[in-house]
Parts: sequence; C-alpha cells; structure tokens
Amino acid sequence: MHHVVLDRWSRGGSALHRRDARAKTIAVLVFLIALGTAQRAFLPLSLFYLGILAAAILAAGLPIVAALKRAAVVLPFTAVFAAISLAAGEPMRAAALVGKSYLSALAVLVLVSTTPLPELLGGLERMGVPRYLLMVAQFLYRYLFVISEEAQHMRAALQAKSGTLKRTLWDRAKFGAAGRALGVLFARSYAHAEGIHQAMLARGFQGHFLTLSGRAFGRADAFFVAAALVIVVGARAAVEAWI
Amino acid sequence: MHIPDGFLATPVWATLDVTAAPVVGYLARRAQRGLEQSKVPLLGVMGAFVFAAQMINFPVGMGTSGHLVGAALLAYTLGPAAAGVVLTAILAVQALVFQDGGILALGANVINMAIVGMLAGYLPYSLWGAGRWRRQAIFLGGFLSLLTSAVLALSELLLSGVAMPAAVLRISLGLFVISAVLEGAITLAIIQALASINPDFLRQPRSDGARTLGWIGVAAIFLAVAGVAIASAYPDGIQKLADATGISSQAKTLLRTPLADYQLGTMHSVWVRKAGAGLAGLSLIYGALLLGGKLLARKRGA
Amino acid sequence: MQPLVEVRDLRYQYDDGTVALDGVDFQLFPGETVAVLGANGSGKTTFVLHLNGLIMGKGSVTVCGMPVEPATLTHVRQKVGLVFQDSDNQLFMPTVLEDVAFGPLNLGLARDQAETRARDALAAVGMAHASSKAPYHLSAGEKKRVAIAGILAMNPEILVLDEPTTFLDPPGQNALVALLDELPQAKILVTHDVDCARALASRAVFFQKGKIAGEGPVQEVVARFNWDRISLQRPAGSRL
Ligand SMILES: Nc1ncnc2c1ncn2[C@@H]1O[C@H](COP(=O)(O)OP(=O)(O)O)[C@@H](O)[C@H]1O
Ligand SMILES: [Mg+2]
Repeated sequence: MHHVVLDRWSRGGSALHRRDARAKTIAVLVFLIALGTAQRAFLPLSLFYLGILAAAILAAGLPIVAALKRAAVVLPFTAVFAAISLAAGEPMRAAALVGKSYLSALAVLVLVSTTPLPELLGGLERMGVPRYLLMVAQFLYRYLFVISEEAQHMRAALQAKSGTLKRTLWDRAKFGAAGRALGVLFARSYAHAEGIHQAMLARGFQGHFLTLSGRAFGRADAFFVAAALVIVVGARAAVEAWI
Repeated sequence: MHIPDGFLATPVWATLDVTAAPVVGYLARRAQRGLEQSKVPLLGVMGAFVFAAQMINFPVGMGTSGHLVGAALLAYTLGPAAAGVVLTAILAVQALVFQDGGILALGANVINMAIVGMLAGYLPYSLWGAGRWRRQAIFLGGFLSLLTSAVLALSELLLSGVAMPAAVLRISLGLFVISAVLEGAITLAIIQALASINPDFLRQPRSDGARTLGWIGVAAIFLAVAGVAIASAYPDGIQKLADATGISSQAKTLLRTPLADYQLGTMHSVWVRKAGAGLAGLSLIYGALLLGGKLLARKRGA
Repeated sequence: MQPLVEVRDLRYQYDDGTVALDGVDFQLFPGETVAVLGANGSGKTTFVLHLNGLIMGKGSVTVCGMPVEPATLTHVRQKVGLVFQDSDNQLFMPTVLEDVAFGPLNLGLARDQAETRARDALAAVGMAHASSKAPYHLSAGEKKRVAIAGILAMNPEILVLDEPTTFLDPPGQNALVALLDELPQAKILVTHDVDCARALASRAVFFQKGKIAGEGPVQEVVARFNWDRISLQRPAGSRL
C-alpha cells in the first residue's frame, strides 16, 4: 500500500529528514506559492523547479524513479483538462496545468517522504492548526491500516459470494449486499472506537492528550528555510528576468 | 473531485483558504463541545472508515460500479459539525499522504466537500429526516451533497479560467448528476443496513441548530448554482467576472491599502512586489486567525 | 492476608438488556496468578472491565482496599493494568515509544521521567529496538509485548490480561508465557489456552452465563468442565 512505502521513506536519516517539520512545511508552501502564481516563462521555470525537487529527492536518499512515478498520480485528472485546453487552442495553459499540478504533487511528496506524518502534524500544531483536527487526522491515519484490512476481507467475501459483476442494468440484491457490508464495517469501526476509548481511559486518560516533547527549531532549520526561500524565489526572479 | 494545485487562480484558492480556515476552526470547537475531547478516536476511526469504504464497489450494472463518498452519511451519523471535522481530516490526509488534491487548493476542497457539500447533504435530513419522507430525505441528502460539491468545484475551475467548452460542461454536469444519484442510493443502502444493526447509530435530525445549518445549506446550494451560472456566463474567468461586478477593484484596494505603497528599493519586478504583498497579506491573515483562535480559546477557558 | 482484588455479588446488564454478569464473587491475593476460563460470551471481558471501573455494575469491587467508584478511578487505574484483547485498540499513538509513555504522562509524570519509564518498560518486554516504529508495522506478538509495556510503565500492582495469546502463533505464545512468568505482579489471566493457564496460574475460576460456576486448581477446573482440547476431540467413551 502507498502509505506503507511513505512510512518507510519518511524514516530515513538524511539531512533533509532531520530538518524540523515546520521548516520543511514553510519551504514547501513557499515553493507551491511561487510555482502556483507563476505566469511567464513557465517552461524554463518548471524545468528548474523539477531540478530542485530532483536534487532534494537525491539528497534525501529516496529512489528517484519511484518518487517521480508516485507524483504522477495527479496526471490522469490533469490530463483531462489539459486535453480540453489543447483542443481549445491553449497549449501553454495545458502545459501549465500539467507542470504545475505535477510539480506541486512532487513537492508535497518530498515533504511527506522526509517527514513522518506524526512529526508533520506536530509541526502543523505548533504553527497554529487546531489540535483537535490534527488529533482526528492522526487517529485516522493510524486506523486506516486496521479498517482497510477489514474492508479488504469484506470485499473478498462479497466477490466470492457474488462472482463477477453481471451485465445487468441494476442488481438490487448485490447493491443491498454491498450496503450491508458497509453497514457492518461501520459498526465494527464504531466498536474499535469504543475499544480505543476504553483503552485510553484504562491508562489514565483524563481528557487531554499529553505527548513527549517534539524537536526544537534549530539554527540549521532557520538556515534551511532561508536557503529554500532564496533558491525558490531567486530562481523564479532570475528566469523571469532573463527571458 | 479533488482539485490539485495548479488549477485554481491565486485569488480563488487564497479566498477559499482564508474562508475555510475559520469555518473549520469553528466546526472543530463545536464538535469538541458536542462530543467531548475523548471522542477524538471516534472521529478518526470514522475517517478511516470512509477511506476504507471506498474499496467496496457498488455494482451499478453494465459492468460498472461506484463507491461511497460519504459526506451525507457522516453528517447523519456524527452530526454536521463532527462530520465537517472528519471530512476535513480526510481531505488533509488525502492531500498530504496520497497527493490527491492540492495543498493550496485544500481550502477549496474543504469548502466544496467538507463544509458546503456536507451541509447540503444534511439539509434534507434535518428537515424531513424524522417524518414519512425519511428515505427520500436520506437519498436526497446523498444526492445533493455530491452534486453541490461537484458543481462548486466546477465553478471554481471556471472562475480560474480553466477552459471548458459548453459541450464538455454539459457532459460533466450529466456525469455529476449520475454520480449524485449513485451517492444517494449508496447512502440510503448503508443507512438502512445501519438502522437494522443498531438504530442508535443515526443521530436524530433537527437537534439544536439544525435549522440554522439548514439555512446555511440552502444558501450554499444557491451560491453553488449561482456560481456555475455566473461562471458559464463569463467563461473567460475571474477577470471578466471581477471587471463586470466591480469586485476586483474593490478587492484590490481592500487588499492593497495597508501594503499598497510599500516598496522596497530592490523590488523592481512587478511580480516580486505582488508576491511580496500577497505573502505579507497572507501572513497578516494568518496572524489574525492565530490571534483570534487564541483569544476565543481563552474566553472559553475563562 | 488482605486480598488485592475483592469482588462481591457483581451484576451487570448491558443497555440492550443482555445480562452479562449475574452475581460474581472473586478474590485475588498478592503474588498469585488466577486463570479465568469460560466459553465465549460467558462474561469474562465484562468482568475484567469492572476491575478498573471502565464499567460499573451492581455489587462491590474493591482494589487494594479502595472501593472502585468515580472518586477513586485515577488510583484504581494506576493499580490495575488492563491489557485488552485487541492490541490494535490499545496501541493508538503514532509511535511505540509515545504509546508506552501515554500512561505515565497521564499519571502526571514529567516528560523526561515518562520517557525513561517508557524505555525501561520496553526493555523489560524486549522491545527496546522498536521504540520509534509505528505500531501497525509490528507483528501480533510484538504488538502484545508493547501493549504490556504500556501497562508496566504505569507500575501497576495487578496485571489483568484479556486473552493475550489469541492472535499469536505458537512460538509467540510460548515467548509471551515466558515473559509473563517473569513479571512479579499478581495476575488475572483470561484465556482459552489451557496450556498457558497451566503454565502460569496457581488457580482457575470458570465462568458460565455470567457466574463463576467453579474454581480450584487449574487442572481440576479444566477436568471438571471438560475444558481441554483432547477431551473435546475424543468421543466420551474412549477417554483413558
Ligand atoms: N457492548 C455490549 N453490548 C451488549 N451486549 C454485550 C456487549 N458486550 C458484550 N455483550 C454481551 O455480554 C455477554 C458477555 O460478553 P463478554 O463479557 O464479552 O464475554 P466473554 O469475554 O466471556 O466472551 C455476551 O452475551 C455478549 O454478547
Ligand atoms: Mg472476551
């Protein structure tokens, strides 16, 4: 599964992995904004930005081909709109859609594959994102593994029972069976939540999540943010001035 | 439909991010009050459930199938505030972990699905969910939640100037209606299954605030429809729309006033100035939100 | 000697009307390990949930001299460490170390103290190497060990384990029995695994329809209720 790979990648030990989550988040936001607002000289700029991201991937010791492939998940969606733009006689807009969406996805991928999700969420909390929301996201991610596994068993059971999909227009029974399967999955998820809640209470939970301290934002992190700003913004300024 | 980064024009995503942030903050506080802090695991597990539910295919015939999206279902089972939080968390995890949907576009996706779409789905349930039209209300909720989200996304793309000839627009709308019918049917099938497992899974409609939320929902649907109408009237995007309504100049002055004449000697190129002003504006808004949140939290704590 | 746990005439009915406990009397003394046997649905889990006040029925439950009631919950939960059947429900924090530190932090320990406790507990169950891993990457046996570490980190006097060997393979079961055997705390061990009960417990109680239908030495209880696998497989007449 996708997130298992990310989990493995994000636990590397490169200099990029060691940067504070906030530093990397800020750098990626700057990158996304600089890229998203670019209008002129788009082709050379996107090549340059691709180079930056590729360098980051290599520096982080991640498999570059696999990473480039992974970010391509945005392309099917983008391709539809790019095709429409092409047909409408706007090749530059088509190129911009493809380039911007792909590079943005790649930048986010670099962030999450050099930062374990809990650390990333911790960083976001210290940047002011509501803690409640982040806790929900953290539990969501944690139990994704558990519930997905149960859903997989159900899917197998459904397929075993109903065989392949018939070419009828509407099969009420099968539709209802899928609905019941999800009803059961819902009930089980609820039971998990109850069990988790009990396990939390059993270990003295009093309504507030207390966690071990996170990392400190060090000098290297500040330097990293500054460097990212200079490179990302500087690259765009240079390319636009030059062309 | 998760909008990736790179599709929305800067004013569109920025506005939606700035709108979404306080609404999500409000929903989080409301959900926290309604469900107590310790129910965090419930919301998280339900988010995981929605993710996993998408693995179960619903046969629609002709060898095709669809799957649950879940906004209305969550609103019926957890209540609208908690549903909004769960959906926002889902969108955030999808954007971060699966690169499904953009980061700058997160506000847009949150507004489309977690807030307006979810409320549009909750509206019929809150109005008719208890009476004899209950089944129809549940179906309609699923239908409306998906249709509203999709139409909103479409109008945002149009506002951003993404080319969309009339024929494509018609086809998309047709597809949206089909998916919306499917979402309604799937939601109804699951709710019926849930009611037979344990009726307590469903929240009673029309709890406090349902009516207000209902009206917000009506307004949202209206906005969504209006958005598409306007956007298709001005296919060249926000520029024309902005010029036509005069919003643009007002917005510009509004945004610019504090920063307008602020020029660093080195900032020669226009976009550096623009981007700098934009960034400063965003930082200001961010600071204001942070401060507002802190103050609200303190007030509640006192 | 004063019992660590004393339960008198405990009754509990779930919201849906199911009578899960129907008058249970039970005692646990310092240093002993008691096996709790019984069919699925006989009320074992409901019983152990009462021991640290996760649910409260009619009758009385006393832990280390304290009656279990809302006012004493914090202390009771520190005394009684409950290891749930489903480790996935118990390991909810993003990393192993944070999960094990969850209990000590709730007890009010400072962060560095909580971390030290967590690391010690992980070392005690042989999982120190996994401290920065995510719980979902662990095997069932490893998860169970971490769950036990999470309890040990709270320094409880009584360990309550609900079917700890259920999801483990035979080597994992043996390793777990060896680990539990080394832990000095008094234990209540809910299990279907008679070998495990025999290896660890000095005494057994047998649950039937929400009551304790019999108790005594493990072997005696097992024989009396025909609770061994062999005896289930052979036709009654062929028994030696
Ligand atoms: N949350 C619950 N709601 C209703 N009934 C329950 C619940 N949990 C358990 N029961 C019922 O209570 C009885 C005892 O269950 P339990 O204590 O889990 O037994 P055991 O652990 O021995 O298998 C069973 O009949 C079970 O179906
Ligand atoms: Mg049990």
